[in-house]
Amino acid sequence: MKVSLSWLKDYISVNKNIDDLADALTMAGLEVESVSDRYSYLNTVVIGRIVEIRIHPNADKLKLCNVDIGKQVIPVVCGAPNVKNGILAPCALPGTIFPNRTILEKCSIRGEVSEGMLCSAFELGLGANSNGIMELEESFAVGDKLHQALNLSDPVLEIDLTPNRPDCLSVIGTAREIAAFEATKLTYPEISLPESDGDITNFTSVTILDPDLCPRYSARLIFDVKIAPSPFWLQDRLVSVGLKPINNIVDITNFVMMETGQPLHAFDFDHLAKNKIVVRTAKKGEKFTTLDQKQRLLTPEMLMICDGEKPVALAGVMGGLNSEIEQSTTRILLESAYFDPICIRKTSKKTGLATDASHRFERGTDPNGTIFALNRATQLILEICGGNIIGNTIDEYPKPVPVRVITLSIDATNRRLGTKLSQNDIKQYLSSIEFKIEKIDDDQLRVIPPSFRVDISRFEDLVEEIARLYGYNHIETTFPLIQAKAVRPSKKIDSRYHVKRLLVGLDFTETITYSFINKLSCDRLELKLNDHKRHLINILNPIAEDQSVLRTSLIPGLLETMHYNMAMQNKNLKLFEIGNVFFNTGKEDSQPDEVEMLAGLWTGNRMDDSWLSMGKTCDFYDIKGVVEALLRNLCIANVKFTSMQPEDCCYTKPGHTAQLFVENKSIGILGEVLPKVLKNYDLKQQAYIFELNTDNLIELIPDIKSAKPLPKFPSTSRDVTLIVDKDIEAFNIIKSVEVLNENLVENLHLFDVYEGSPIPTGKKSISLRITYRSAFETLEDERINSLQKNITGRLIKEFNAILPV
Amino acid sequence: MNKTIEQIKEDALKELEAASDIKKINDLSVRYLGRKGDVTQFLKTVANLPKEKRAEAGKKANETKKSLDKAFKEALIQIETKSAAIEDSIDVSLPGRIVGHGSLHPITQITMRICDIFSRLGFAIAEGPEVETDYYNFEALNIPKNHPARDMQDTFYISQNIVLRTHTSPTQPRIMEKQKPPLRIIAPGKVYRCDSDLTHTPMFQQVEGLLVDRHVSFGDLKGILTTFIHQIFDEQTNLRFRPSFFPFTEPSAEIDIRCVMCRGKGCRVCSQTGWLEIIGAGLVHPAVFENVGYDTSLFTGFAFGMGIERIAMLKYGIDDIRKYYENDLRFLRQF
Repeated sequence: MKVSLSWLKDYISVNKNIDDLADALTMAGLEVESVSDRYSYLNTVVIGRIVEIRIHPNADKLKLCNVDIGKQVIPVVCGAPNVKNGILAPCALPGTIFPNRTILEKCSIRGEVSEGMLCSAFELGLGANSNGIMELEESFAVGDKLHQALNLSDPVLEIDLTPNRPDCLSVIGTAREIAAFEATKLTYPEISLPESDGDITNFTSVTILDPDLCPRYSARLIFDVKIAPSPFWLQDRLVSVGLKPINNIVDITNFVMMETGQPLHAFDFDHLAKNKIVVRTAKKGEKFTTLDQKQRLLTPEMLMICDGEKPVALAGVMGGLNSEIEQSTTRILLESAYFDPICIRKTSKKTGLATDASHRFERGTDPNGTIFALNRATQLILEICGGNIIGNTIDEYPKPVPVRVITLSIDATNRRLGTKLSQNDIKQYLSSIEFKIEKIDDDQLRVIPPSFRVDISRFEDLVEEIARLYGYNHIETTFPLIQAKAVRPSKKIDSRYHVKRLLVGLDFTETITYSFINKLSCDRLELKLNDHKRHLINILNPIAEDQSVLRTSLIPGLLETMHYNMAMQNKNLKLFEIGNVFFNTGKEDSQPDEVEMLAGLWTGNRMDDSWLSMGKTCDFYDIKGVVEALLRNLCIANVKFTSMQPEDCCYTKPGHTAQLFVENKSIGILGEVLPKVLKNYDLKQQAYIFELNTDNLIELIPDIKSAKPLPKFPSTSRDVTLIVDKDIEAFNIIKSVEVLNENLVENLHLFDVYEGSPIPTGKKSISLRITYRSAFETLEDERINSLQKNITGRLIKEFNAILPV
Repeated sequence: MNKTIEQIKEDALKELEAASDIKKINDLSVRYLGRKGDVTQFLKTVANLPKEKRAEAGKKANETKKSLDKAFKEALIQIETKSAAIEDSIDVSLPGRIVGHGSLHPITQITMRICDIFSRLGFAIAEGPEVETDYYNFEALNIPKNHPARDMQDTFYISQNIVLRTHTSPTQPRIMEKQKPPLRIIAPGKVYRCDSDLTHTPMFQQVEGLLVDRHVSFGDLKGILTTFIHQIFDEQTNLRFRPSFFPFTEPSAEIDIRCVMCRGKGCRVCSQTGWLEIIGAGLVHPAVFENVGYDTSLFTGFAFGMGIERIAMLKYGIDDIRKYYENDLRFLRQF
């Protein structure tokens, strides 16, 4: 909300300078976002002297003036009737932004160059006079800035109010807060209305059919008004807070809303059928055209102000086109009401109409402030628009808002804040913001907050008020007395950081991508129609189409990151991400399954280019090596990598994809990204990925590590080379030796795999080194040889292998 | 040929010093110690000396012979080692074989630091789901439906009652439902708001904190958060507490630090105010305690929340929040 210092000064005296005032407001909880001078737009308007006038050759009514602006004399085309040689007048220079938001540019008017503009008071927003240029006294110096010469300065505070403080959505509300910390008195505008004839109830009536949604409706009638533009001072006030003047009646209702926080509405009384007001909820399917000329479809939860036949206003949000104040209006009904905040909010949300009125009503206006605002506006209407009031006020108040009485304990307040405030201190703070206080005993006070403080309902709310006025920064900084108890860190959180650090050590860089992805990601990943990764969660109100579903895999994020980096010419990437994926459970209106995953991507070179290695690209065994190193570092043993069946592969290439098992539990996959998927992501470079389930992985990390004694006797090793069918997985050969459970076999090491001549086609050779060791003695060659023969024999039999010639 | 043995030695050593290769040293060795060498010649003259001087002179000459012999040999070894070293030397100025090392995302690094500071203060780390129910995200936190406070957070909806959590605060009621006080927790995580511009990304990260015990005061909140700010920035960092509004705390506070960029003079980062909003905090609203069944007459507590991106921006001088989620390798590798 904007509020100007000059307007504030109508109700309070301010001694602080503007920066200190802004700071004090911020520290009182009314955060001042910015301070600007409302005359700063005059920065490019200078005092000029007309030194020569000629007739415009191509236009009768225009004159060509030479204007001395101090440093130079510039040509200005002017059409004002009062231009005279020798006079001083404000001259706007190119770049000036006028109050009506037009920007002045250097231009040519009917063939004559104009490098400035001689301005009227109205054009500059300095007065009502628009009949000619603003003539200035001789005492001013040519070339001086106009606002400096005229001493024009009015700081405007832009305050970012929190939703709990609707009472400050007005100049008086803000002035009240300043009065409290400035220890000064707030002067409310004085209202006196003339004696009046007649009785409003003879002319009209107000019927509230839904008192829950409209607890109070006050109204007055004013006849014989004359609609015209507002006087300058009124327009100026509205402009100062960013409102646009319309006509005197509408301006007055807006002025009073800004002044008091109570939104008002003026109806053309002659447009109200049967001259009456009925407040009711809308009928299903009812339609209504608001002031902005848009037709709205109403729903039964919307509150309508109606006349004897039809709706005339969307209550608390916007008036109707059918009853607006027109040039011909002479009789008006002025509305000042209190509406249920939730009802107004729903209506505003549903219609998408957020107005100054709805903003205030949905936060809560002062239920007891309707009459004051109504009378204030009436007074101004009589002053400005003429007319006569009809006697008496209608004040339907079927649902009085209850008075809140709160008991406040001084002791409890001090304990909550850590302060040592006395009862007197607290009394003073609360009464400075118009709270009523009665003493109960030495500790307790009975406090009645004013009706405009809709945010105060319990003891703790009062404590905040006291803290605010005492000053948060005056509260002593202390430390809680807490048990020196430690909590065991969660294995999941701890291990996740451990995994991240290990991957960083393995040369992988962590990425964090959005949890939402493109709806098309499933197709781009070539997922089968029955893939459970297609159980997506849709966002009802996504920001963009490519962020419209929650991810079920980290791979799209990594591929998109790869794409982005390729465009940035980062061609060699080793990336990983740990994050949640989300699966739709199919249950309506319920949370998805959140599963934490770990995924990595390697593309480009195996090693950074250097004089030692150039351009060797990574392959399957590189990414597998990373996964193996990670698992080894996590002390996860017995991991089985098996070839994934082609029909089970989706975004990785069949025959180049491994599935990871630990104790028959699948923990993830790794492999080469399917070329088609790469194409879908517009990628031209091979990439290898791994994707593991973090929860399963972390579960496998042993909690206890136990040391084994080091061997006392030497080991001996023997090599064997077997020629087997090409499609036999090496892992099975190793496994087959392991299942023998021969306790003298310490280690098996696969040191060579070879295909090609002289090995027959369809076959490959596999070379194993078996290391033997006994814990009790040095093994004799004979014993080892016989063991080795035994094992070799079994392998030959099992895998139909032959020995090389 | 009248040089004294001392002079011979001196000359020999001088020449040796100047000798730069093996051949020269060998020549020297012959010239001084060879059969016709100076020292040998000198030794021969010893016999002609008077008897009483003979022993003395002979001893001296022999010592000289020995020491020169040693000097020549050492010189030879030295020169041989040197030439051998030059022959198989390598260019040590060439870069070493690259041992790669990745990096943690800056947000992870700051999160770890924040958690670390609070862990040292006895806080336990907790986490909650990212897709939340309306109840935990709003209602349990005293944000009823149709309340303007909901405007403070633009919400992504999954269905009527399921939202992407707009803050990490739902972990508060989730933890309190499971655990009895006293408790101290810190809860980092991703949060979502439908807002995307220069200063907002639709996903960002927060850390939530909660401490509940008997007799916890606003002063205590100030103490813990002042300590935290001094730890994450430095002890010289000025801060201020000012009133604010969160539906789930009362009193509520916003904690500002003196702008770390301009030190309070006013700059673009702090929108000319000299202050930067860093943490939202307050004493837990009694309605929140009532929702989880805590006895408000016995327990008080405070809660706080902060945006990690903002702290990382200040610590690393990052000027555009979107950089965090573009994942440009050149950006990520800087941390």
